[in-house]
Amino acid sequence: MAMLEVKNLSISFGGLKAVNSFHVTIEKGQLYGLIGPNGAGKTTVFNLLTGVYKPDTGVISLDGQTITGKSTIEINREGIARTFQNIRLFHNLSVLDNVKAGLHNHYPYSTLSAVFRLPDYYKQEKAMNEKAMELLKVFDLDKEADYTASNLPYGKQRKLEIARALATEPKLLLLDEPAAGMNPNETAELMDTIRFVRDTFHMTILLIEHDMKLVAGICEKLTVLNFGQVLTEGDTQTVLHDPQVISAYLGE
Amino acid sequence: MKGKKLLNKTWKENAVTYGIVIIAYIIIQIMVQTGNISSLMKGLLVPVCVYVIMAVSLNLVVGISGELSLGHAGFMCAGAFSGALFTKCMADTIGNPVVCFAIAVVVGAATAAVFGILIGVPVLRLQGDYLAIVTLAFGEIIKNIVNALFIGRDENGLHFSLKSAMDLNLADGGEVLIKGPQGITGNPRVASFTIGVILILITLFIVQNVINSRTGRAVMAIRDNRIAAQSVGLSVTKYKLMAFTISAALAGVGGVLYAHNLTTLTALPKNFGYNQSIMILVFVVLGGIGNIRGSVIAAAILTVLPELLRGMNDYRMLIYAIVLIVIMIFNSAPAIIGYRERFMERFKNKSKTKEAL
Repeated sequence: MAMLEVKNLSISFGGLKAVNSFHVTIEKGQLYGLIGPNGAGKTTVFNLLTGVYKPDTGVISLDGQTITGKSTIEINREGIARTFQNIRLFHNLSVLDNVKAGLHNHYPYSTLSAVFRLPDYYKQEKAMNEKAMELLKVFDLDKEADYTASNLPYGKQRKLEIARALATEPKLLLLDEPAAGMNPNETAELMDTIRFVRDTFHMTILLIEHDMKLVAGICEKLTVLNFGQVLTEGDTQTVLHDPQVISAYLGE
Repeated sequence: MKGKKLLNKTWKENAVTYGIVIIAYIIIQIMVQTGNISSLMKGLLVPVCVYVIMAVSLNLVVGISGELSLGHAGFMCAGAFSGALFTKCMADTIGNPVVCFAIAVVVGAATAAVFGILIGVPVLRLQGDYLAIVTLAFGEIIKNIVNALFIGRDENGLHFSLKSAMDLNLADGGEVLIKGPQGITGNPRVASFTIGVILILITLFIVQNVINSRTGRAVMAIRDNRIAAQSVGLSVTKYKLMAFTISAALAGVGGVLYAHNLTTLTALPKNFGYNQSIMILVFVVLGGIGNIRGSVIAAAILTVLPELLRGMNDYRMLIYAIVLIVIMIFNSAPAIIGYRERFMERFKNKSKTKEAL
């Protein structure tokens, strides 16, 4: 069974059909790319998948469960986590607390046991700290655990956002332009990280990216979006050499 | 290993705050015992405790939850009147004034919490300036309703009216408990500095423990980035409402303490109006938004300051205003913050080189 299956997904804003009968099927463990020119509707697709927008038509199913129309919070609990194009960290919290906020729903001790510092609090906080440090170590952020998130350099902020998303233990990870604003070295490192995440966490990943080197380097399959519609889909190399795609990117 | 260290660190931070309160208490108690404190200052001890509780509780909404609330005095009013009413009804039955007061605190906190939920549900749908204005309005509404409220008691039980004492239709021998604009009279004055400090410590205990838990983390995460918080599965409404309600309940505690320091409790604008709300907000802002220890210190100093300056009569409020401006600049002007950080850095480096030697 496919991890994510989307059929006939559409939404309009006023008269504009931002996404028009979009469809995609992603198998478990796949690294899938969503590309397309600026304004093609890629981020809108992410917002539809995560419940920020409610689709006009279409069905989204995650691991066999229909999640269409659910709220962002419910969808996260069902197993979709995401990062954002313009980084959205909890900038006043420490790096560690950012990840712990992601772990929130998996360590459900009550506010009462927090106020009275019952054993439950200590036990779960300790487990949370250990789990969070483990995740930070994966992203080589463990030395910065005490830093305020906004003081991290740009590349590390991107990584922290991925770590926070992974903390919610998703089945599907959505990355919105993870390499935006990175230099070639950072991008290369990011590619390794994404591959590593897929392999260690057995994660299914859908990513939006403009950096064709990254897309060609790590994505196994691609869907190309143009003016809200699927232009073509298939294996990365085939798609990238499709004359239709080249003309969509470069113009006639 | 690392996790344990971090828990210890927050514990230390909190302990410093408790320490400051306890040391201040001991010093003042010694001064009182040795007679080194004016009667004017003595009269200020309980109000200082009230305002510290109010500032700490408001900081939970303004600093931690990041919402500007201007109706804090309204919750104080709800707590004050429900607590005082409880004492007036039950003081004779319970006997022991301290036990009675303790229950009154719980009653006041619960009442204020109910108001917190009732107001929080509609208000927390708004953000920023809109939320501030609506909380301001709700604070005034609470005060005005209490101002028009008559409650009486006879052998048939409690009677309520919003018109006049006559409308209560009390039987012979009945007693009017809340007399509208005249409020509650003849309260026993149970509040003392010791009780006030204990309530401060309880407030600090609750607020700091909430902040350093998953609840507090969720509240702060939502403050920092609402959309990202939802994307990791944090319920915005639940945690905002929780912070708002805890804050209201603690304001109720402050109100009960306030009420038991007066023989006559009235819902005047001076006591529970928006000026009061803004005063409390000033304490929070000057102490540092989100900084609990700062709230404690700012509330204590700024409550005492106008009285200390009484000697200078004409210039009193002028100096008070200048002090506010100076603290504000010291706390918030970027140039000064930069200077302070450099200073701290040098200080840190010095102690580090000393350690190295």
